Amino acid sequence: MVTENQQTIRGSFELKDVSVTYGVETAIAGVSMDIPPNAVTALIGPSGCGKSTLLRCLNRMNDELGNATVGGRILLDGVDVYAKEYDPVELRTKVGQVFQKPNPFPMTIYDNVAYGPRTQGIRKRAQLDEVVERSLTRSALWGEVKKDLKKHAFELSGGQQQRLCIARALATEPEVVLMDEPASSLDPISTQQIEDTIAELKENVTIVIVTHNMQQAARISDLTAFMLRETMEAPAFLVEVGETRAMFTNPGDKRTEAYITGRFG
Amino acid sequence: MTRVQRARFIQTLAVGITGAAAVFIIAAALFLLVYIVVRGLPGISWAFLTESPSGQMKEGGIYPVIVGTLYLIAFTALFSLPVGVAAGIYLSEYAARGPATRAIRLAISNMAGVPSIVYGLFGLALFVILLDFGKSILAGALTLACLTMPVIITATEEALRQIPSDLRQASLALGATRWRTIYRIVLPAAGPGIVTGSILGLSRAAGETAPILFTAAVYYKRQLPDSIFSDVMALPYHIYILATQVTGRPDDIIWGTALVLVAGVTLLSVLAAAWRSRQRRKVRW
Repeated sequence: MVTENQQTIRGSFELKDVSVTYGVETAIAGVSMDIPPNAVTALIGPSGCGKSTLLRCLNRMNDELGNATVGGRILLDGVDVYAKEYDPVELRTKVGQVFQKPNPFPMTIYDNVAYGPRTQGIRKRAQLDEVVERSLTRSALWGEVKKDLKKHAFELSGGQQQRLCIARALATEPEVVLMDEPASSLDPISTQQIEDTIAELKENVTIVIVTHNMQQAARISDLTAFMLRETMEAPAFLVEVGETRAMFTNPGDKRTEAYITGRFG
Repeated sequence: MTRVQRARFIQTLAVGITGAAAVFIIAAALFLLVYIVVRGLPGISWAFLTESPSGQMKEGGIYPVIVGTLYLIAFTALFSLPVGVAAGIYLSEYAARGPATRAIRLAISNMAGVPSIVYGLFGLALFVILLDFGKSILAGALTLACLTMPVIITATEEALRQIPSDLRQASLALGATRWRTIYRIVLPAAGPGIVTGSILGLSRAAGETAPILFTAAVYYKRQLPDSIFSDVMALPYHIYILATQVTGRPDDIIWGTALVLVAGVTLLSVLAAAWRSRQRRKVRW
């Protein structure tokens, strides 16, 4: 099924009837959607609606929680990433993640960015130098830190730390970058910088972003998926997914309209 | 008394009682330390530290005794650190929550609660007799390692637990395996805590008499140990011998020996604390 087009542009997800169960409790159920390559897809919805849980399915970070079971099928460029023989460690080099709180490693800026490539066995200094510069440039941090690459990452401001984390995720040349409310702990200026970075990144990578901020979703995403958990007894589900502009001007579902106009959540 | 007056009185009383307890602890510790220093200092000299006992223990120094304890502690560290740290890593990073893990934890806390004389008997039965190591540095260090292990395991687990799970997640999300995450991210960050806890465990072992009573320590030995199968003199056992077995021994020697032991153990703890605070300043989150 692989066409020439899919070989050049990679990083598309197909979700088919995806569910997540923690122990006996089903957190989300019946999510089917396509995530197109080289675009920003926003997951929105009130707290506890399973946005982050769904995001963590895409790089199998739910595996690390021990008692989570994922049902349905998740295909990355047509390949089932939950197939038995599929190695989650390999998946995570293709699908990177940026977390809610900046979480640089307690080491230098350079070593933070080089961590992923080194994990993949790249040892040559020149090659690492190049990856570090390219990644930091893509996350719009290079200009600020190029003279201080040996500085400890904790000396950076919160916004800089988050852009460092984006550079770190980009250093493994992923096809997809997952972002879990990447700007929620940042001030408005840093948030603006992160959003600008996302807009530039989507030329080369697929971005899936969880956000609480409606304006942010409207500003940066091409596609928006609205999730909801109506009662604590029933699992969360996908209400609708569509082009962001259409969704925000003319939502197809009353619940979506109520949420994006701020009547609940 | 009105209600307010009574409340105020009880408040004053509470401050007084808890404060007095705190002062008592400090005073007791200080008294102990000062007493040992005052009684021990007159006995300390270069000769005391570098010569062997002589004149049926009533003269001479404690050089072989110090060497014996250093050997015992070095080998105890060699045996207990790798196993203890590895077990701590397993419990903190790999073990699934369940009955098996609970059983292991229970076993460890039980191990920590076993009286040291029981370890001595256990060491005698297993290492000295069954494995035929004889009364030796090897048997003594293995026995002390059993005693120290639970402390090191617990210290390792605690230190690892302090590391934010954010860091582990970040590493895993970059395509690192669990093991790479542990040895590149988690262990370096937890290192200071592990080292400090381990040193505290080892310094406790340095002062134990009972575990080496049947497994390593001898009353008097002319030569220094030449292999791990040699038996040795050791500081705590030497103090015990001087205090109970040698009639007419000079106080200077016994208190001097005690001072050397206390100073050594204190030095270890201070070094550990200093190193940790230096690392803390370097690494923070």
